[in-house]
Order: sequence, then C-alpha cells, then structure tokens
Amino acid sequence: MYALIALGYTMVYGIVRLINFAHGDVFMVGAFLAFYSVEKYHLPLPAVFAISAGGAAFLAVVIERMAYRPLRNAPKIASLITAIGVSLFLEYFTALHQVFGPNYYAFPRPFGVVTMEIGGITFTNIQGIILVATLASLGVLQYVVHRTKVGRGMRAVSHDGVTAGLMGVNANAVISFTFGLGAALAGVGGVLYGIAYPQINTFMGVMPGLKAFTAAVLGGIGSIPGAVLGALIMGQSETMTTAYLSSTYRDGIAFVLLIAVLLWKPTGILGKARTEKV
Amino acid sequence: MPPFLKNIAKAVLPFAVLSGLLQFLSARDILNPYWVQIFQLACVVAISALGLNLIYGFTGLFSLGHAAFYGVGAYTAALLTKLYVGAYGDEAVFATGAVFLGSLLAGGFAAALLACIVGLPTLRLTSDYLGIATLGFGVIMKVLFDNADSFLPQLGGARGMTGIARMTGIPWAVAGLVAAILVIRNLVHSTYGRALVAIREDEVAAAAMGIDTFRFKVIGFTAGCAFAGVAGGLYAHLYTFLHPSTFDFLKSFDVLMIVVLGGLGNLTGTLVASFAWVFLLEGMRVALPPEYIEFRWVLIPLLLIVTMLVRPRGLFGVREFPFLRSKVYR
Repeated sequence: MYALIALGYTMVYGIVRLINFAHGDVFMVGAFLAFYSVEKYHLPLPAVFAISAGGAAFLAVVIERMAYRPLRNAPKIASLITAIGVSLFLEYFTALHQVFGPNYYAFPRPFGVVTMEIGGITFTNIQGIILVATLASLGVLQYVVHRTKVGRGMRAVSHDGVTAGLMGVNANAVISFTFGLGAALAGVGGVLYGIAYPQINTFMGVMPGLKAFTAAVLGGIGSIPGAVLGALIMGQSETMTTAYLSSTYRDGIAFVLLIAVLLWKPTGILGKARTEKV
Repeated sequence: MPPFLKNIAKAVLPFAVLSGLLQFLSARDILNPYWVQIFQLACVVAISALGLNLIYGFTGLFSLGHAAFYGVGAYTAALLTKLYVGAYGDEAVFATGAVFLGSLLAGGFAAALLACIVGLPTLRLTSDYLGIATLGFGVIMKVLFDNADSFLPQLGGARGMTGIARMTGIPWAVAGLVAAILVIRNLVHSTYGRALVAIREDEVAAAAMGIDTFRFKVIGFTAGCAFAGVAGGLYAHLYTFLHPSTFDFLKSFDVLMIVVLGGLGNLTGTLVASFAWVFLLEGMRVALPPEYIEFRWVLIPLLLIVTMLVRPRGLFGVREFPFLRSKVYR
C-alpha cells in the first residue's frame, strides 16, 4: 500500500527533483472518487479503479501544468513551497461542505471479508488484493519505464533534462506523463486504502503521504525497486512496533529507522551516490 | 557619550517606543486584548522564523524540523516556571520576572543542545536528505511529546500541558523580538555570518577558502534552533496551554513558508511575512462571515501559490530595511 504511493513520489523526484507534497492528497482524491462511484452509482470494482486512477492522473497533470511548470527554472524551494500550498489547498478545499465535506465517511465494502490460509500464512482476501494490485502496478511500471518510448524519455529526462530536450525528447510531455502515471498509482492506492481501512476523510492523505515519501527515501529516491523495498520495510517495522511496543510509538519508529539508514547510506538503500562536480 | 552606551540606547529605544505605544493603546482600549495577543503571537512567530532564516536562508541547511525545537523550548520553559510556582507559590512575585527570563533562556539552551546533538550526525547529509531527516526528527519529537506524560506527568502528554503561568506580555514579546533581530543582524554581518553565507553559496569553495564547513554548519543550525527555543518559551507563557499538535511537522512547514515568502536570507522579508501571516490568518477569522470561515485555509494556500508564481525569490528579494543592512551600507 505504501509502495503504490511511494512509487509516485520516487518517479516525480527522479525526474524533476521535486518533493511533491501534494501527492498524498491526490491519493485522498482517488479514495473519494472511489467512495462516490461505489456509494452513489454502484459501479463494479474495475470501473471504480479506472475512475480513481484516471481522476487522480488528470488532477496531477492539471496541478503540474498550473503550479509546477511555471516554476521549473525558479529556485527549487519555490516549487517546494508551491507543492505544500497545493497540498494545503486540496485538503481544505475538499473539506468544504460544498465539496466533500469535513466528516469521516464509511467506505462501503464492495465484497465480504474472507480469511484464507496458504502455506501457514493467514491473510484476508483484501490483503490478497492489495498484494496483487501492488505487484501488478510494479510490473506495469517496470515495463513502461524500461520497454517503451515514453519510458526511455523518462529515463533520459531524469538523467539530464536539457540534453534530453536537445535530443528531441519532449521534456514537458514526459514530465506531465510521469506526474499522471504516479498519480494513477496513488489513485489505485486510494481505492485499496478505502477497502482496507473503511473510513476516509479529506486529511487522510497526510500521514500515508509522508510515510510513503519516507519509504521512497529509505529505499533510495528515484529508484523504483527501492521504493517498493522501502515501503515493505516501513510496513513491517510499523506492524512490529504496534505488536511489541505500543501503538503510540508507531509513527515515530518509521522515522527513527529512516534517520538510521540515512546515516549509514546517505542516499538510501538502493540509491546511487551522486558526486558533486566542482 | 561612549559608543557602547550609544549602542545600548539604539537597542532600547525601539523597544521602549514600540512597547510603550502598544501598552498605551491597549490601556486606552483602542486596541482590544485579542489583537494585542495576536501581536504578541506575531512577535513569537517572527523570532522563530528569524531562527529558521539563519538556518536555511543564510546557511542553506534545509530543515523541516523547526517546530520540534520550538516545542522543546516551550516544554522546557513551561516545566521550569511550573516547577518554580509549584515550589514557592505565587508569593515570590518579585522574582518571577527573573525566573521567567531564566526559563526562556533555558528553553533556548535546551533547543540548542538538542540541535547540536541532532546536528552532529545529520548535518553530514545534503539538501533534500537533510530535510527528510529533520522532518523525521520532527515527527519523532511529536511522538515523544504525545507520550511525555509517561515519564514526566507534569508535561501532560497527548492531553496537553496546563497550568502554565501567564507571563508573556507586550514588553516581553517586543524585547524578545528586538533582541532576536539585533543578534541575528549582527551575527550575519560578522565573520561568522560571512562564513555561513559562503557555505550556502558553495560549500566546496567555502572549504577551499579555509572555512571549517561542518563546524560552521553546526553553529548555524544550533544558533537558529536556540531562537526557536526562546520563541517556544514565549509561546508557552502566552497561551498557558501546550498541546503536541502545536508542534507537529505541519507547523514546521508554516515557518518555512514564512521564511521563503519573505525571501531566503532576507531579514526584512521574514519580519514582514511573519506579521502578515499571523495577522492575515487571524484577520480572516474576523473579516469573513461565519459560514465561510472554513475558506480561510482555502484562500491562504491560493495566496501562497500565487505569490510564489509571481515572486519566486520571495517578497523582498535582496532589499532590506536600512537598519537591517550591513554597517557598510547603513
């Protein structure tokens, strides 16, 4: 689950070196779109996934066009502050009564919970779906990045945006595509979140967003397998803390882990060290 | 008049004029107590933002954990005055001012000490990674504040800390702000400040010029956090109630936004942006009709985004009020 959000962070950061703080809120919008399509229109599950992913992608592309593109050549901090601004705006705008409203909503379960056991590991069908969806998204992503023309463009822009532009890569289109793809994954994550923890509100994106970002940094930001690895470590450590220590320390432990890893490997577990040129 | 007396007069004069004027206005009911409190809050926010400007604006260290140091200062100072009142009651009134000053300084010192401990390992990280590490530190501190009652019951933990004496008044807030401005102005125009700016501009070149970059980074970070600690102490004794949610990582973003809006490495901008931020936030509470009160946090980010799009280098760029410039240009 963290993995899906972390992938979006790591992709955007890999390409434009921007911590996209609004990503957690795109995730929230995805969950709300799913909520409405299930609650009001009783759409089947595949359609729900498609709507959430598409809506989130559309939103992210609009945000990129309106807020980040004009600042691409400005100091990096300006886009970062804008990202925080966009994040706050999405949270509070959607919390207005006229939009989604500030309350908690019960996410309707589209199917019953079934507990299964395979080879001594007990899990519910929801956990199974999350696992399958995560692996499927990861597979699609690996395919897109390494086997398609857009993917080659993404890798080129990530390496050196200006040179990629000179070589005939439409950098703006590639960046928009990256935002869209990352957001689509966050949208899927939003649906899965709604199914797994059936309570959503407009501020639900803050903490998962932050932790997903931490997971991305933990695994080495800019690296796709790293994001998944980091997310797995984060999820495990949180579950362990809740089980063995106390749930009140849960939010802290992930960051203790993060700082420890950063001190040991300053660019994350699978990150590549960049030498500074003089 | 000897020069040092002249300098002292230069510092005391703006303090006396400003706090005297405000005291007069509030005594005559021209300013209502609510706005006086908001003004004090703005002073507190400005002190904390000046600290962050020293860290990020002048030294170039991307810190997202400022609110944690603010919180450490607040809890330390509040605990000390609370213990004092608990031990001696309210009878030794004549000494409370001194105790308050002492606990403010202790709050600043505690924040600085913690900054030093945190900074020694983490300041070896660069740019965004430092930001994430400090952000993580902020979240860890929030968790500790939440669980603080399990090791010190007076701190209140997740229920919040109550029973803090109300000490901060206009003179204290203004004095704190004037002191912060003077110390930071003089610091950034000293050799230390020049070293910090050199590190921000180019760390490799600064090292080549013989600056011990790591040492100066720790100095800049520690000094900036000390201001956050003092500001936290003032805050605690202004609202007499502390809650961990006041010090979570989102509050670090608030301070960061103020510093960036004002312009990095620009003291004028930080001052103006702090006051504008606080007054705008509170002013909208009054100005907007009650049914639209939730629009406050919709308008502020919009304003923020537009400002960033129009002035990506901050409101003031490199211009400063005359009294904040280096002596050479004054």
